[in-house]
Amino acid sequence: MSAVAVEQPRRFRLRLRRPGSISAWIWLLLGAVYFLLPLIATFLFSIKNKNTGVCCSLSAYGVILHDGQFWTTIKLSFLLSLETIGISLLLFVPTVYWVHLKLPKLRPVVGFLALIPFVVPPIILVVGLLDFYRDSPDWFYAQPWGFLVAAYVILAFPYVYFSLDSGFRAIDVHTLTEASLNLGAGWPRTLLTVILPNIRVAAISAAFLTLAIVMGEFTIATLSAFHTFPTYIQYINETQAYPAAAVSLMSFGITWAAMLAILLVGRRPGARQVQIAGTR
Amino acid sequence: MPHVELRELRRSFGDFEALKGISISLEQGEFLSLLGPSGCGKTTALRLVAGFDRPTSGEVVVDGKDISGVPPNRRNMGMVFQAYSLFPNMTAERNVEYGLRIRKQGRGDRQKKVQELLELVGLSHAGKRYPHQLSGGMQQRVALARALAIEPRVLLLDEPLSALDAKVRVQLREEIRRIQLELGITTIYVTHDQEEALSVSDRVAVLYGGRIEQVGTPSEMYRQPATPFVAEFIGTMNRLEATVVDSERGEVDHKGARLTVAAAKGLPYGERVLVLVRPETLELSPAPEGDGAVGLVGDVLTHTFLGPVTRLKVLGPELDLIADIPTSRVESLPIGLRVMARVPDEGVRLLSLPPAEPAAPEPAGQ
Repeated sequence: MSAVAVEQPRRFRLRLRRPGSISAWIWLLLGAVYFLLPLIATFLFSIKNKNTGVCCSLSAYGVILHDGQFWTTIKLSFLLSLETIGISLLLFVPTVYWVHLKLPKLRPVVGFLALIPFVVPPIILVVGLLDFYRDSPDWFYAQPWGFLVAAYVILAFPYVYFSLDSGFRAIDVHTLTEASLNLGAGWPRTLLTVILPNIRVAAISAAFLTLAIVMGEFTIATLSAFHTFPTYIQYINETQAYPAAAVSLMSFGITWAAMLAILLVGRRPGARQVQIAGTR
Repeated sequence: MPHVELRELRRSFGDFEALKGISISLEQGEFLSLLGPSGCGKTTALRLVAGFDRPTSGEVVVDGKDISGVPPNRRNMGMVFQAYSLFPNMTAERNVEYGLRIRKQGRGDRQKKVQELLELVGLSHAGKRYPHQLSGGMQQRVALARALAIEPRVLLLDEPLSALDAKVRVQLREEIRRIQLELGITTIYVTHDQEEALSVSDRVAVLYGGRIEQVGTPSEMYRQPATPFVAEFIGTMNRLEATVVDSERGEVDHKGARLTVAAAKGLPYGERVLVLVRPETLELSPAPEGDGAVGLVGDVLTHTFLGPVTRLKVLGPELDLIADIPTSRVESLPIGLRVMARVPDEGVRLLSLPPAEPAAPEPAGQ
């Protein structure tokens, strides 16, 4: 009797698995086509000769690479994204840590606040921020390192918060903290040597998302009259067709390369983020 | 002077009083277990000693000094937690070394001490492994080594074995006791497992509802429970509610059955008492046929094999008893046999019960 009872579910499972795997491949293919087709089309367009419109020439890429504005704006956007990442992590890691440790009832409130940048369109946000900071000193208001980064930190808030929140939920914050305090460590040491290394993956995810947001943010930058990489892409797009495709692809590649670099820097062999068992 | 004293410790969470004023003291090198069911306040008491929580009132005194206001990182108390608490980003060695680094000990001293401690807990071969590469038992051993590395004034153990399987639990509790005796370190051990508490402790404090019910040696707790709760909680106990009927001879009446209990001598006639009898002290014999069967009479309902002894459940019209008899004798008392239980004069505990409330008058007209 028991052999039959075991066999039946196995046959049932096999019957289900085959069609499931085929449909999975179909969906994967559709997804790949959806994402890759525009990239392939853009690439094919970008390698047409800028004078004749005939394939194949890398002259569009040459135009971009020899343009000083390209290097200036991409450097600015990259540095702005690093500053945003730094400020966001400095601000939100201790906040989320404290909320998890001492104020767990506030989690839904902070989660709700984190959703606000999603529902307020950037155009509304920038108008509000420009008005709010109008009387602030020039070193802040007139500089991308000040005003623009302040806006980007708000824009990145939901991504950073939810990444960190999931990271903190994956570890036993209370026990790790108490174990560290019990051994004589203070709060800063506990945060830096025990907590932060164990939410590293979450912090890296937050950094990825922030980088992607800042490297592609156009509305706030253009309305506050700063020339960043996305505004440069827009300018090229309006003036030169083939280099516009080239610069779009390059920005895509550069963003991915930057993400990969952060991933490699953040990775450490041996250690692994693990769920801590146990209850409280 | 006691090494550690808890003086009238109280802790409230809103309206809920988790600790209702517990006082207890430990001598240097003593192993005390706080034993009780979930929610009795034992972990709350330990957290107050560790400094993770502040008492509503009362004091935690170590070496004559009140440390209630001292933060946990300045108390120098080693703690092993119920949950696996090793830092996942550090190897076993680095975990043990953590407290020594904070104390700015030299590299050579640190490494020597780490090796000594890992050897002490039998893990000198696993120092380079990360927590996820260690079993639950190994993780708790490393946690113990880590707690001992800082040479704590008091070692606090918060149900450190509860997540482990039965065999490892027994093995590790013996190791904890061996290490504690070797180092002579004052230890407070929190557990809900009475077998664990009785097997390793110098003294046991049973907590219930935020109060200490009884403090004593494991033997005292087992043989002389002071309250019905302790009698129920520690080991298995037969509870027979009875009334004193002959104070000179020490006779009590339990639902029509007369028992002679030495401890009942001198008690006033009519006093309600609780006769507590351990299963291993009950004596069973086949009941004689006819009217000869008097006293505690019932039928053998089940046999439960426990190794050297077999546990028999005896059920009668007014009786529900558990008796442990040597397994070699079990064939003479098969299931279904009518047996007579004899309560020995000695080895029986007697507790006074509050007088029975008078029966409510029946409604008129019935």
